Amino acid sequence: MNTIASLHIGEIGYISEEALDFIPLKLLEMGCIPGAEVELVQIAPLKDPLYICVNGSHLAIRKETASKIQILKVNL
Amino acid sequence: MSKNDIKVALIGNPNTGKTSLFNQLTGLNQKVGNYPGVTVDKKQGICKLSATQNAIITDLPGTYSINPTSIDESIVLKTLLKKDIKESPDVILVVADVENLKRNLLLFSQIKDLEIPTVLAINMVDQMSRKGITVDLSALKKELNTEVLLISARKNQGIDEVKAAIIRCHVAAKASPLCGVNHKIDPDYFKKLKEISPNYSLYELWLMVTQGNYPDTITKEEKEKLLAFKQDGSKLKKYQHKETIYRYQEINKILKKTYIVDKSKAKDLRSKLDKVFTHKIFGYLFFVFLLLIIFQSIFDLASVPMDFIDRVFAQISDFTKNNLEPGILTDLLSEGIIPGIGGIIIFIPQIAILFLFIAVLEETGYMSRVVFLMDKIMRRFGMNGKSIIPLISGTACAIPAIMATRTIASWKERLITILVTPFTTCSARLPVYAILISLIIPDKKIFGFLNLQGFVLLLLYALGFATAILAAYILHKTLKIKSKSFFVVEMPNYKLPSIKNVAFDVLEKTKSFVFEAGKIILALSIILWFMASNGPESFKNAEKNVVENPVHQQLNDKELQQKIASVKLENSYIGIMGKTIEPAIRPLGYDWKIGIALITSFAAREVFVGTLATIYSVEADDENTTTIKEKMASEVNETGEKRFNFPVGMSLLVFYAFAMQCMATLAIVKRETKTWKWPLIQLFGMTGLAYVASFIVYQILS
Repeated sequence: MNTIASLHIGEIGYISEEALDFIPLKLLEMGCIPGAEVELVQIAPLKDPLYICVNGSHLAIRKETASKIQILKVNL
Repeated sequence: MSKNDIKVALIGNPNTGKTSLFNQLTGLNQKVGNYPGVTVDKKQGICKLSATQNAIITDLPGTYSINPTSIDESIVLKTLLKKDIKESPDVILVVADVENLKRNLLLFSQIKDLEIPTVLAINMVDQMSRKGITVDLSALKKELNTEVLLISARKNQGIDEVKAAIIRCHVAAKASPLCGVNHKIDPDYFKKLKEISPNYSLYELWLMVTQGNYPDTITKEEKEKLLAFKQDGSKLKKYQHKETIYRYQEINKILKKTYIVDKSKAKDLRSKLDKVFTHKIFGYLFFVFLLLIIFQSIFDLASVPMDFIDRVFAQISDFTKNNLEPGILTDLLSEGIIPGIGGIIIFIPQIAILFLFIAVLEETGYMSRVVFLMDKIMRRFGMNGKSIIPLISGTACAIPAIMATRTIASWKERLITILVTPFTTCSARLPVYAILISLIIPDKKIFGFLNLQGFVLLLLYALGFATAILAAYILHKTLKIKSKSFFVVEMPNYKLPSIKNVAFDVLEKTKSFVFEAGKIILALSIILWFMASNGPESFKNAEKNVVENPVHQQLNDKELQQKIASVKLENSYIGIMGKTIEPAIRPLGYDWKIGIALITSFAAREVFVGTLATIYSVEADDENTTTIKEKMASEVNETGEKRFNFPVGMSLLVFYAFAMQCMATLAIVKRETKTWKWPLIQLFGMTGLAYVASFIVYQILS
């Protein structure tokens, strides 16, 4: 299963519809919603947290959360 | 404050320039109070909207949504659900960042559904062309059915329009929901919910169900009906998720028609700076470098004003003593109150400088990068990336540091941060360290360049920090608190700090230190003064005994006065206390005189130095440390050895590094944790650790 945690730096994915139940409400409210484009901007030096850009929001989330959010990868 | 004033609630996401707008609207007409029952600061200010109309603006904590995840955010919900005529807002002013309008409109859409008159101020529009953004303002107004303004709070653009819009909006008193918690989700469910009461909007009722937060006006019957809706928890969660998605869909529809971003025009400073600041090597190096600069400046810049304050208060004290009629009130003033206030004021330079740095780092957006860098490390110790800010602040004073933990959403991580912050070396420990180090550590260079005394001081800072981390780890492993650790931090754009915002922030935090800590330090100073200047029979006879003692015949007048002061202190209540605890502290290498100093340190640690000065009958008003130092250096113990020899000095250093001696901090911890349990654990845990550690150090070294 592809999740936000399996993205490489600079790679883009789309949050899948199935992810809805696994996204904490707060993250949803910050723009991390199914269908949204998500880019992995940076990974912290100790591999955690992840710095992502979703729906124009730049957010740092922990790997634990990111690895529950399913995405569809697109190869550009 | 008059009845006709419009009550405005200022709401917005963090990093939208909400504070800038608040400062522009109210200037210095601000005051910080408290919300009843909680510890969050309530910032209010008065704004002159027109010649005849004023507004009282309440700056609510920044939040991404009305659904709260931290104490700060819960205030927003509480304020908005108020139905009390005196408290509930007449107009809500929502601030949004033009660059991140989509996410900002989520909060706006929730607010709008409360059906309270709302004004939307889109901020930072001076950045629009640089970011390639165009907004169709009139279309947006129509789509949102709201007063919308484009402003730049930092550049003072559009502020008058905001004021005019507040008046218009208040007069029109029209409010309609934007999307409504919609019937698309579950028409039957929401229809039944609305039927509970006609006095509240559907969204208000929905919030009462999901958040369990009710206005005072709710009847018992209504509340029972609402509670019935609460029963199916998984359904609530699902509907909340759906609601959010639905809101974003609506917002996307609206923005498609009104908001265009040409990404090719956007110039991105963010990614370039992020490459450096979050780099796995340079990121940490830069952070350490920054910390060194901060600490260096705290010492260098603060020493001049601190010396000045010290001198001024000594002079005021002298002046009162010499010019007022002698008596108990004069003594209270010159020996209790004035030095007590001086003991608070003296910390202002260091605290203000530290908060200046922190405010600048937060304003520029750099602090979020530090949180990002440190989260994984801090988590191993049961804390959170956000804990780094309190731990740094703790090097000035634990009180504002503990207040800074409020942004940590997880209760366990926040509690651990609160509990270990007092281990960091605060500015009150410095004078104690300084005098002890100068007594026991030779002033020489090691490795040819490193000042040995400075190096020991650095080690003490490291000891404090290491103990904080270690204690956090132990608490992490032993505290059985279930709390969801959820972490999300916005990485805002880099920007230059606004001088006004930084200045206001420093002013406000310094003020809160002075009043929070000040009242306790002052009260204790007065109590300690009383105990030091009163005593049983032997105290009253002290003067007579000294004067009549033939040994003292050769003393000159000044020396005689000092001797009297010293004997008086010995026989005062506090002297008796010192003697009472002597058996307990003897294994640490201390005598009753040091015992007295330990007790008085509970007002503030630096009082240690002043107390010893009095005990060793140095001129009471002479704060010149060289004389105190000489006295301390020549003091001998029963066997004729130096009192402050290496083992005793080290034992004391360790004691002051660990012991919880600050009543003001304990009071703040009580306030923040709402129970005496945690401050008592701190008091006994830290002081117990200090006792054991000092005991080991002394026994090994001697």
